[in-house]
Parts: sequence; structure tokens; C-alpha cells
Amino acid sequence: MSKLHVTTTINGEPTEFLCDARETMLDVLRDRLGLTGTKEGCGSGDCGACSITVDGRLVCACLMFGAEAEGSQIGTIEGLAEGEKLHPLQKRFIELAALQCGICTPGFLVAAKALLDRNKNPTETEVRYWLAGNLCRCTGYDKIIRAVMDVAAELRGATR
Amino acid sequence: MADIRYSAPSTIDEAVRLFAASGGAKILAGGTDLLVQMRSGAVSPGHIIDVKRIAEMTSIAEQNGSFRIGAAASAAVIGEHAALRKVWPGVVEAINLIGSKQVQGRASAGGNLCNASPAADSVPAMVAAGATVTLQGPGGRRELPVEQLASGPGRTTLAPGEIAVAITLPARPKGSGDAYLRLIPRTEMDIAVVGCGVSLTIANGACTTARVSLGAVAPTVLLVDGAAKALIGSKLDEAALEAAAAACRAVCKPIDDKRGTIAYRTKIAGVLLKRATAIAAERARSH
Repeated sequence: MSKLHVTTTINGEPTEFLCDARETMLDVLRDRLGLTGTKEGCGSGDCGACSITVDGRLVCACLMFGAEAEGSQIGTIEGLAEGEKLHPLQKRFIELAALQCGICTPGFLVAAKALLDRNKNPTETEVRYWLAGNLCRCTGYDKIIRAVMDVAAELRGATR
Repeated sequence: MADIRYSAPSTIDEAVRLFAASGGAKILAGGTDLLVQMRSGAVSPGHIIDVKRIAEMTSIAEQNGSFRIGAAASAAVIGEHAALRKVWPGVVEAINLIGSKQVQGRASAGGNLCNASPAADSVPAMVAAGATVTLQGPGGRRELPVEQLASGPGRTTLAPGEIAVAITLPARPKGSGDAYLRLIPRTEMDIAVVGCGVSLTIANGACTTARVSLGAVAPTVLLVDGAAKALIGSKLDEAALEAAAAACRAVCKPIDDKRGTIAYRTKIAGVLLKRATAIAAERARSH
């Protein structure tokens, strides 16, 4: 069948792709555009490994069709670092060992950035609830929460 | 693999025309149920009709005190609407309990309603609120009380080709408040074992109007008239609350499963009624 032609913006770059109607945004990112930083965990919106932003809104790429990206601004993990310079969240996750196997990490980073973009001064409870849709089977979450709280404080300090 | 078409019409009329023209089409709002159902093979639509390009279906409008919520407006958009949150905090809280932040970015009240799960969190709150749903099909438009939309788990009274367009929450008098509570075994991201919505108005210390709804205790979300009757006219004293709780327990016909036994769900229905009433009353007194 004929493919759908989609024009979108990914991490600020105008992007076009062809996809089938049934393909999810996750399939498109990974299999058509080679953006494999976004991971597939459950494929049913439960684990958050495929977290991306669509027009600034945090969503699971597995719960969205690629065709829906038409005209949207998509943000993925590949957009966090500026070239070789890691985003403060990425840096702190490494420093505090807030990752082990790493499969959930891109999703946590994208979700945490979406939180800090909205709320520069989240409480620990707010961070924990915001990240409740991201599952990690290695770290036990505490290091992740600490890293996010640390970066929030760091970013507030920088803008003071 | 069979071909699937994807359409993203910009008007409701066009969406209805496309929907009526193709058998086996599915409406795509947030997709948080549809994509999961497609992945599991539970549904395999031949045509996906995305309604999120239709302004009327994704926006929230306030008119003379009532709120019209586009059926495909995301939970995140609903949660950020300050005026709506102020007047209907229970409804907004219920919608914002659905899934994670990621799911909130997509899931809609219209989708939650049309998916027809007995445990849908937003539905008891909307039923208690006296919400109506606007449906549009090949035969035109009609309004339906939300409690009449589901006919069983996963089944609705939608006519062939009909689309839920918007949900309307009525204007309400001063001294009104609402609340929704659910019981889940964990603190977040779970399906209600029991859900309870209460909306009421208090004047001169007495409850003048009330609507009570229960979720996850029957094949569909229930409007519990007996509980409302027990609250109306009372000062929401312990005797009235116990009578309303008893009315809630009496209408429960829950399933027995690993998440909650029949006896447990029935008991909890009464407990949540009392707690939700207390929150709704507190809100009514401060409005």
C-alpha cells in the first residue's frame, strides 16, 4: 500500500518520513529514522522507556502513531545533549550512578527534563509522582530521584 | 497484514462522514486504549480516524458557568484549566488519576468514557457531576447523560457511526463541591478496585442537592440514587452518611478477583462514599 508522508520537526530539525498507518512513533524513530536512543520496554504505555515530548507534552512514543507527528515538534533523548556537551541531567545521572543497565535511562531523562522545564523547584514528592510512569528494575529509584533533585537545585543556582 | 487507512479530518462533519462510510473504523483520540488493543490483537481497524485536528474536540469552553470539554482534550490540558479545576475539582482530579504523566499527555475524558471500562476513573466523577455527552452521528446530534453511555464492560449505547464530541458539565449554584476517591493497592498508576464520585450543594448547613456514583463495583459505573436521597435534606451527619453508605453497599454487584473480593469491594464502597462526601462538603462550604 502507499505510505503516508509525514513532515515534522525532531529535536529542532525539519524531518520528513514515510510510514504505514499502523506504525507507532516509536517504530518510526527507531526503525525509519535511526533514532534508537528512545527505547521500547513494554509497548503498552506502562514503563515510560519510550518517553518523548510532542509539542512540549510528555508522551509515550509507543502510544502514538507516526502519522500523528505531522506538523508537530518532537523531542527525543538525542536532543538533550548539545553536541558533546551533556545535559546537566545526563551528567548527574552518571555522577550519582542513577543508572545501571540503561534501558530506562533515556525515558527517565526525557521525563525529568519535561518536569524541570515546567517546575524549577519540585518537591521530592512531586518528582516521584512525575516519574511514576517510568519504571526501572535496577536502581531502586532513589539515585534517580536524588539526581533529578540535585539538577533542579543546580539549575536554580545557575539562574540566580 | 491488512491495509489500514489513517485520516485526520479537521471538522466533526467530515469525521462522522468518514466514520459512517467505513465499516471497521476506529476513532483515535488519545490512543492510550486503542494502540494497546491493536498491539494485543483485540481490535484491528481498517481505518483510523484521528479527531485531534478538530478544534471543537480538543478545546475547553466555559459558557454561563457550564464547561464544555472536547471529548479528545487531553487529561493534561484539562488539568491545566484553572477555572475548570476551581468549579469541578473532583472531576479534574479523577481525570488526572488516569495513568502516568505520559498517559495524561494523551488520554481524554471522551476516550475514558467510550472505552466503557467499569473501573474508568473519570466516569464516576462525571456521573456525579451530572455531565452529559454530546454525540454526533449520521442522524445528527443528541445529548446523553454520561451514565447512559456504557452498557457493559467495553460496550456502549453509541449508535453505528456515532462519535462522542464533547462532555458538558452543568453550571452549579454557590455552595457546591465535588470529589472523587478511588482505592488502589499502590499509590499511583493502578486500576480502581472501587471508585466513588460525590457532587453536592450545601445551603444553610443542609445538603440541598447530591449525586453519588460508584465505579468498579458493577458491569457499568452506577448512579446511586439511594445514596443521594440519604444525603439530601440532611446536615451530612453520621446517620445520613451511614444511610448513604448502606445505599452504596446495597447496589454493589462487583466481581471477585485478585484485586478485590466481593465483600471487600462492597465494604470499601461505603467507606469511600463517606470520605468523598466529606471532601465534597468541605469544598462546598469554602465556595
